[in-house]
Amino acid sequence: MKILIVGGGMGGTILANNLSRRLKRELKSGKAKITMLSASDQHMYQPGLLYVALGRMAVDELYRDQASLLEPEIEFHVDPVEEFNLDGNQVKTKSGKTYDYDLIVIATGSRAVPESIPGLAENSINVYTEAAALEFYRTISEFKGGRVVIAVGVPHKCPMIPPELTFTLYDYFRDRGILDKVSFHYTYPIGRLHSLEPVSDWMQGEFAERGVTSETLFNMKEVDGANKVVLSEEDSEAKYDLLVAVPAHKGMEVLETNDLGAGGWIPVDRNRLNIEGHDNAFAIGDTTNIPISKAGSTAHYEAEALAENIASMIKIGAPVRDYDGKVFCFIEAGKDRATYAMFNYNKPPDPKPPTKSVHWFKMAYNQLYWATARGLL
Amino acid sequence: MAEKKTIDARGSYCPGPLMELIAGIKLIEVGDELEVLSSDKGSANDIPEWVNKVGHEMVSSTEDQGVWHIVVRKAK
Repeated sequence: MKILIVGGGMGGTILANNLSRRLKRELKSGKAKITMLSASDQHMYQPGLLYVALGRMAVDELYRDQASLLEPEIEFHVDPVEEFNLDGNQVKTKSGKTYDYDLIVIATGSRAVPESIPGLAENSINVYTEAAALEFYRTISEFKGGRVVIAVGVPHKCPMIPPELTFTLYDYFRDRGILDKVSFHYTYPIGRLHSLEPVSDWMQGEFAERGVTSETLFNMKEVDGANKVVLSEEDSEAKYDLLVAVPAHKGMEVLETNDLGAGGWIPVDRNRLNIEGHDNAFAIGDTTNIPISKAGSTAHYEAEALAENIASMIKIGAPVRDYDGKVFCFIEAGKDRATYAMFNYNKPPDPKPPTKSVHWFKMAYNQLYWATARGLL
Repeated sequence: MAEKKTIDARGSYCPGPLMELIAGIKLIEVGDELEVLSSDKGSANDIPEWVNKVGHEMVSSTEDQGVWHIVVRKAK
């Protein structure tokens, strides 16, 4: 059984390591083989970008060598896939090589596309790449005061980042002693402050305490950088001095060029994670079109469910479990308090009031993540 | 010929049915329809509110055994 994993991010890496442990015997005997193809020899802890943007984490803390995270039985190549032939069980890579497989998992993630809104990329800051996070910190550290507008595109990776940016920036400017010169205006695409209703209800109280104003049903259409105003699809506008963006995201371009899904999102079964029309092709993480959060924890729990199923398909000829839609998200409520939301397809979240202990657990998890990537936690 | 696509947003607490609609409508052509399946009764109100505010067209909204089938036509 030749298993090909495309993508070396959180989902692909957890899957590969989990699967490798489950298939020790088969890998040793040659009955199974795991190959990973990735675009980079580095693995980035993407949630750390928020802390880089706030000057609280160094860039090099975000990275580990991808090969160092993988079980030794996994064959790893830095050679991104350019052509997918799911009917022929074959991919072709940038180097020109062809890889045959019996089973493929696509876990190539997503990317922010600020360029999809005219004027957004050149007039806003965001936290979605290393360069963007560093620019974010440079900008906020030089900010002298004025109106901060938070504007949110759809879909976006990490559903908690709009409130987290608002609350952590509030504390950042307070610590800099310029809070009396800064006002916050938060916008959101749907008719409340957050897609999770309990989180939205909690944010209302926090916003009232801090004097944060808000406008809902606000979807960015255009940014007029000359006049420093964001125009919305709903025909309203927000004047800003500092525009903090959560840009819309797309899946990877290679998935669109290979017609695997509109927007680069691959249609999959929400429980078995197989790509529609294929029994031996799967997708996990941001890559899928499943209507749940694009978040590392989603990729993590999908990877665990899929690893168990792939191993059982090899060992007993059938999958043994469904992915239940589980998502777990920390929510930083400032520089030193946090809470979390956990939910699945059938159970709504019930977030508790933020505490310092949850914040410190999140800080610890920023280091523990490397054990998660290795499939240990 | 206008196309109709379906987003199965049942059990989607986050990002939720309206956010899925906003994302999905970017990916279809003007004149095409998008059906959203939602198990959240709030969708029957908040989806039409957004659709009317932005200027798309509501085609239909029906409920069947606790699932709302809401069809929207992209108008611009």
